[in-house]
Amino acid sequence: MSKTKEENVGVVREMRPRSEIDESSERQELERTWRAIPGLWGWLSNTNHKDIAMRYIVTAFIFFLLGGLEAALMRLQLSKPENTLLGPDLYNQIFTTHGTTMMFLFAVPILEGIGLYFVPMMVGTRNVSFPRLNAFGYYCYLLGGLFLYAGFLLNVGPDTGWFSYVPLAGPEFSPGKRVDIWAQMITFTEISALVGAVVIITTIFKQRVPGMSLNRLPLFVWSELVTSFMIIFAMPAVMMGSGMLAMDRLVSTHFFNPAEGGDAILYQHIFWFFGHPEVYIIFIPATGFVSTIIATFTRRETFGYLALVLSLIAVGFIGFGLWVHHMFATPLPQLGQSFFTGASMMIAIPNGVQIFCWLATLWGGKVNLKTPLLFVLGFVFIFVLGGLSGIVLASVPTDLQVHDTYFVVAHFHYVLIGGAVFPLFGALYYWFPKWTGRMMSEHLGKLNFWLLFAGFNLTFFPMHQLGLRGMPRRVYTYLPEMNWASFNLVATIGAGVMFLSVLTFLINVWVSRRSGAVAGANPWNAATLEWATESPAPAYNFIHPPAVNGRYPLWTRTAETPVVTGLSAERREVLLTSVVDALPQQRHELHGHSIWPLVTSFAVGVTLIFGIFTPWAYPVGSALMLLALYGWFWPKEGPKQYGTKEEQKLFFKHQTELSLRGQDPI
Amino acid sequence: MSASIKSLIKGWLSASTATLCLMLAGCTGPSTQSSVDPMGPQARHLSRLWWFFCYSLSAIFVIVVIVLLLSTYKGWRESRRALEDEHDEERPLIVPEPERERSMKRVVLGATLLTGLMLFVYLIMSFITGRAISSPLHAENVLTIEVKGHQWWWEARYSDPTPSRIFTTANEIHIPVGRPVMLKMTSTDVIHSFWVPNLMGKKDLIPGKDTTLMFQADRPGVYRGQCAEYCGLQHAHMAFIVVAESEEQFAAWREAQINPALEPQSDSEKRGQQVFLSSPCIMCHTVRGTQAGSLIGPDLTHVGSRQTIAAATLPNTRGHLSGWIVDSQSVKPGNRMPPNSLNPEDLQALLDYLQSLK
Amino acid sequence: MRLALTFIPLLVLFFLVSCEREQRNFRAAPPAARSESLTQSQIQPGQAYTPPQTKNPTEYKAYELSQGKQLYEQYNCSGCHFHGGGGIGPPLMDAKWIYGGDPQNVFQTVIEGRPNGMPSFRGKIPDAQVWQIVAYVRSMSGQVPKDASPGRSDSMNTRSEPEQLVEPTVTKQAGQPPSTVQSK
Repeated sequence: MSKTKEENVGVVREMRPRSEIDESSERQELERTWRAIPGLWGWLSNTNHKDIAMRYIVTAFIFFLLGGLEAALMRLQLSKPENTLLGPDLYNQIFTTHGTTMMFLFAVPILEGIGLYFVPMMVGTRNVSFPRLNAFGYYCYLLGGLFLYAGFLLNVGPDTGWFSYVPLAGPEFSPGKRVDIWAQMITFTEISALVGAVVIITTIFKQRVPGMSLNRLPLFVWSELVTSFMIIFAMPAVMMGSGMLAMDRLVSTHFFNPAEGGDAILYQHIFWFFGHPEVYIIFIPATGFVSTIIATFTRRETFGYLALVLSLIAVGFIGFGLWVHHMFATPLPQLGQSFFTGASMMIAIPNGVQIFCWLATLWGGKVNLKTPLLFVLGFVFIFVLGGLSGIVLASVPTDLQVHDTYFVVAHFHYVLIGGAVFPLFGALYYWFPKWTGRMMSEHLGKLNFWLLFAGFNLTFFPMHQLGLRGMPRRVYTYLPEMNWASFNLVATIGAGVMFLSVLTFLINVWVSRRSGAVAGANPWNAATLEWATESPAPAYNFIHPPAVNGRYPLWTRTAETPVVTGLSAERREVLLTSVVDALPQQRHELHGHSIWPLVTSFAVGVTLIFGIFTPWAYPVGSALMLLALYGWFWPKEGPKQYGTKEEQKLFFKHQTELSLRGQDPI
Repeated sequence: MSASIKSLIKGWLSASTATLCLMLAGCTGPSTQSSVDPMGPQARHLSRLWWFFCYSLSAIFVIVVIVLLLSTYKGWRESRRALEDEHDEERPLIVPEPERERSMKRVVLGATLLTGLMLFVYLIMSFITGRAISSPLHAENVLTIEVKGHQWWWEARYSDPTPSRIFTTANEIHIPVGRPVMLKMTSTDVIHSFWVPNLMGKKDLIPGKDTTLMFQADRPGVYRGQCAEYCGLQHAHMAFIVVAESEEQFAAWREAQINPALEPQSDSEKRGQQVFLSSPCIMCHTVRGTQAGSLIGPDLTHVGSRQTIAAATLPNTRGHLSGWIVDSQSVKPGNRMPPNSLNPEDLQALLDYLQSLK
Repeated sequence: MRLALTFIPLLVLFFLVSCEREQRNFRAAPPAARSESLTQSQIQPGQAYTPPQTKNPTEYKAYELSQGKQLYEQYNCSGCHFHGGGGIGPPLMDAKWIYGGDPQNVFQTVIEGRPNGMPSFRGKIPDAQVWQIVAYVRSMSGQVPKDASPGRSDSMNTRSEPEQLVEPTVTKQAGQPPSTVQSK
């Protein structure tokens, strides 16, 4: 990789003679500083963003497989009328766990995980801003997921649907602890999502490599930025809703009890105020994948950068104004509902702009038809179909016919699987070389794609018909005289094909890890900074993070493009830059290994898990959390000294006089 | 053409044929509980709007897919051409031809404006249909029925200015053809949703609130509806039927329903009534004209005249009725009716009695 | 990988341990023609003996308790006992049990009826439902496991008939003839 030693961009070097600096010793020092401590202790105290992110991705994928098994069971039960495979109680638990797993334990964590992996690399830094907070988020997520599944296996899994409406989920009609487990699991996963969002935002704003002003941010980083802001505004709503539900059930509050002045619809408002932005939280990072993959595999800049960024931001805003379209069958005033029809249709405009820009990129580019791009093409087909069926749901009159039927099931699977899972598979194929240093098999990849595409359409397209012909959602069986059996059987067969597709993917991963072609640093000849370092990336990401001079750094850099040197290799140091223009500001040391995130997450776990059995868990758990935070924030050493006072003045003087060389206008 | 493009096109063709076949399979003949088989003016408006959406959105979809395939093909051809021009192949295009970029910008802008226009049209159509389906609110001869949702059956109360002409029935609603019907609905426990697709969209029944739904049937027939909001264990088996009949037939039915239960005639029916009144039946069910007056379960005063039992889960035949009485939990596990073991003669007498309650 | 291997046996352990509280049985055995009797008389020849403690497995199941609570309302137990505070009938929330507070005793009370106004529900309420009501009644005095006891009521909002429950102004002692009490 090209770099130059003569330009130190913004950082005063350590006071060592130039002759003593050579790359191999710096590399060794960096490796020593950044390496993961081996063993169980090292694993539990690791705070490197790549390791934490990979744990998110693997855990979320395991939950995806579990959710898929639940879906397979549902489809088997529904394959013929009056089937006796699953009784109503078990079926209700299974469909609730399927929805909860896919929405809370798979979609948001895996997309956030890929973001946590690549956002620091794409912005040219070594770790996220708050490494320990990042680890804490993962442990909360893991605890929440295990809690839910332990409940599911103990016959105390939730059975009121993934959105758990009251009064069905209230104290009178949902006895036992099932819904309480659901409500607390929500709290775990939302803490995790919020933490991830905060970490991503601060990393993006403050740790970009010099030259990466906001208008040069890669589109994937923009998508993660918008998603993170949406998470910050949306997640508290569901935490509040699930908290109020838990309180109604456990401590006799009456938030949703009409007899005492509460309102059953209030729950729906609070939940869907989160629920609708949630689906955009899932969709927007996937648009980031698509923009990235399309640019790489058409070997040109993505068409319409400004339009794409503005569309992302528009979706982020408008997405918060749509939630009532989930409640059109409730007795809300018609005029009010019509506003939400307007807003729900309006969001098709920024989404449409994105699709048009991507199509224009394909049109004007040089297309390299590899597996990641195939998945992106499949995404366009399926997501557009889903988006168009969304128009039917956005309009109040037609929604009154298809609401809560299999038409809705078809719609949201088209937009979620088409809009997020297809780009996700594309991203997994795309970034597998960076993670493992090996390429995935193209043949198996193409098989994977076609099986998924065919299986998906076979499964979910008939559901449009089923909904129009009267089949409601969440039914564990149906009567033979309804004539729904043939469509249901086709859907089950399609589910079988999807199962084969995922199996193909797993086989591909297994085979490629062992014997895939060795990938270099940049096998796809892509443009973003993560490809500027070896595959797999070293723990410190870049030995010298390259400054950027455009939106597609690896395509526009020359021999004279500067790199960041002088960051200390003896401690975990990153460069902080300004928010808008990424002008270098200061160096900052990050924490290394720490067991306190795990301990704190256990304290949170104790509070929330035992909280459903006794209110004493809250004061006791808070005390534990306080102790854990004491450990977390206990100061380790004094402040760092960077040379003498005079040298420090010089350091800051350099900053203000600094200008970046080799910058091409974009 | 390269293998990958060939396989791409082959794949698309087979996928789209399969999809088309499935689409066309949906266009079969009339059926009950189907929103694309409207039997009343509201449902017809909704169905029309649906088909307008279906056709125009499908056209848009086809256009987008064609553009997708064409762009991919064009881009693929570009990359083949660049391969021949060797040194061009690897260099990524970051400053594309300004002329072409400008024309693509114009196309994208045009497509966006067209999208906005289409959405505006959809919005207007949606408003118009919304107004159309709520127009009967101002009609004169509206028939009002009060519907209460229970876990997992429907209670319907036909009120009347004269209190002695009020009656309650369950799971089967009769309406006269050609007259607007207004349902005033609430729920006694959790949220349910009343949906009879042949006649109208759905409306939720929410505890603590009153909701209304207006519809009208234009043709006589039996239209099945089903609960459309997840309400617990037997949500799948909470259905009902709406019987639309002529005014005369409706009036006759109504008069029959107003009358208290027919007196048992034969010995078996008399014995059956005794069994009814001394079994758990009396704890939950009402038979007007006898001592049985509990309101927990469906009203059985005229159960013999209904077409279905167990919330339209089973046809109302002797065999199904006896199975339901003896072990309802095997039909609808989790429903509120417990199994009842009766000795065989008692059971037969009870069946005779219940079937006589026409 | 290592971590997965440590988790799997834990999960298997979970699997083997079933959660009694959450069991839901929809098909109870059909009611027997006659229910077993357990006498509770103070007068006995010879040595006094302590009557055996009986257990009602229904008390540990949250679903059954919630069903018992609904049945208590629907079968109009609240008509005499109100919501545990008593009225025409004695209170059920307190520690005073005229005919015994063991599950079997309460079961007998419901099935046989008792002097001074408690009707017999034999043949009218199936045994399985009686056990659910028994469990709920004992929960009113806090004798069931806390995590299984029924949640708060969403009551007094959704009735077929408008009904106002009035707090009884006179508490009744068992054994005295009931006087007329306003209940509407």
